[in-house]
Amino acid sequence: MEVNRYHPGLHHWSILLAFCTLLLVVAGGLVTSRDAGLSVPDWPLSYGKLMPPMEGGVLYEHGHRMVATTVGLFTIVSMVWLFRVEKRRWMRWLGVIALLAVIAQGVLGGLTVLYLLPWWISSSHACLAQLFFSTTVAMAIFTSRWWLDGADTVQEDPQFPIRGLSLAAPLCVLGQLALGAAARHKAIGTIYHICGAPIVTGVVLWVSLRILLHYAHSRELRVGALTLVGITFSQVFLGIAAYMSRIAYADAVQPMPVMVAFTVLHVAVGALTMAGSVALAILVRRNLTPNAREFSTARIAALS
Amino acid sequence: MKQPLVLLSALLLAACGSGPQPKAESDVALPAAHVDPATAGSISGRILFKGDAPAMPVIDMSSNPQCERQHHTPQKAETVIVNSNGTLKNVFVWIKSGLAPARWTPPSTPARLDQHGCVYEPHVQGIMEGQDLDIVNSDPVNHNVHAECEKNAPWNESQPPRAEHKFKKFSTEEVMFPVTCSVHPWMRAYIGVSSHPFFAVTGDDGAFTLKGVPPGTYTIEAVHEKYGRKEGTLTVAPSGTANIEFTYGS
Repeated sequence: MEVNRYHPGLHHWSILLAFCTLLLVVAGGLVTSRDAGLSVPDWPLSYGKLMPPMEGGVLYEHGHRMVATTVGLFTIVSMVWLFRVEKRRWMRWLGVIALLAVIAQGVLGGLTVLYLLPWWISSSHACLAQLFFSTTVAMAIFTSRWWLDGADTVQEDPQFPIRGLSLAAPLCVLGQLALGAAARHKAIGTIYHICGAPIVTGVVLWVSLRILLHYAHSRELRVGALTLVGITFSQVFLGIAAYMSRIAYADAVQPMPVMVAFTVLHVAVGALTMAGSVALAILVRRNLTPNAREFSTARIAALS
Repeated sequence: MKQPLVLLSALLLAACGSGPQPKAESDVALPAAHVDPATAGSISGRILFKGDAPAMPVIDMSSNPQCERQHHTPQKAETVIVNSNGTLKNVFVWIKSGLAPARWTPPSTPARLDQHGCVYEPHVQGIMEGQDLDIVNSDPVNHNVHAECEKNAPWNESQPPRAEHKFKKFSTEEVMFPVTCSVHPWMRAYIGVSSHPFFAVTGDDGAFTLKGVPPGTYTIEAVHEKYGRKEGTLTVAPSGTANIEFTYGS
């Protein structure tokens, strides 16, 4: 079996890709919040050019396209790099999936412009953005020296299982992001997204508290859980601030800076919440070894 | 292998193309409308506003200095304009129902929508089905014009400075939809598309008159972009004038 070597260049490149993707999420959030989604009516060119005059809403829409193009190119480089140096087959496939996702994301972005922002294309574009960001974060984790060195694993306590439960957090966060995207693109009322918030926060707290109460001796899990709780509470605060600013400026004739700032931050921290919950699930599955077998054997022994 | 792809493409195209369709042929086959001038009457009225007039915010055009330079005084939003006589400007008033089914001929003169000083002029207007809408960009900046119709097919097109006029038609009655510019998000106009010529938009005196109306009983609707819709019923006697007033308030 070939051992995978740590490639600092690839790891740093993966971090850069994840960072640029977060910037892309911010740029996309700005487009929607500034009502600039249709300021460039054509696609893939902008006003038939590669570089239109960057005025008004065009600055946001074309700026978003420029960042997206950069991220697309970076993703191609990542995939090529992975195929050149990476021994883990699944990791190479992850590079392919990332590239396919960023292509699909570009096509969705183009289609939503050409079809005048239908909610289901715009919402799919928003959700895929979050999934793509989580993928890039996962790539950064998987290419790190820390990951390749292997973990000091601990056994999962059968009384407090967490390996399966840890997957509930990213799934709930994704559902909440989908509700937020649908509300933002006027398919449903904001109330559904608001109602989803306590549920998602509850699930994140449940997972994090179980880790903090029963697996706190693992420093990595402890830090991961605390970080996710911090991000999630920041997200709840930003959600409240974004909603209140929207109410305050309901009669405004143009997007107001305070409303734009809180909403875009809410979108960006939403992406971090998603990526954080994915990272915690990865950590849990890496650092905790399942002991269902031992548990079953022990139970059978106890019962017999 | 190809079949699912073809099916998926067909579904996507069908979903994307499931927007408003052109008018059915049966509508076109309606009898031509005829109004007897000897018996035609009119409908007139005013749109009153009760309460304190809301202060309209000043539009921040700093994101595009070329827009800002065209105004010597700060440009205020036109969402709610209460006239000095306590009436409301920019209310679309029309005969919503009561007319015999008929095919009305649209005027040959186009309606005009100008982008001037990075605001739309006029802010609210009516247009007949099949009438041309002449869209002009008098500004030194690029605009995009997005007709956010629901019953008619929506469209979004750019119009650079000094570009040729755009001419658009609307085939289905729709009262009323916004026209917006995503380059300058404060720009917003409203258009009401009527199948007949009996509509008006209130101006600086808050009054309206619909002339040449055949005798009959009608539902009149007033539509304001912020305060919404109000309806009233009246009867126009042969050669008579019927009056109606609507009251909005904050």
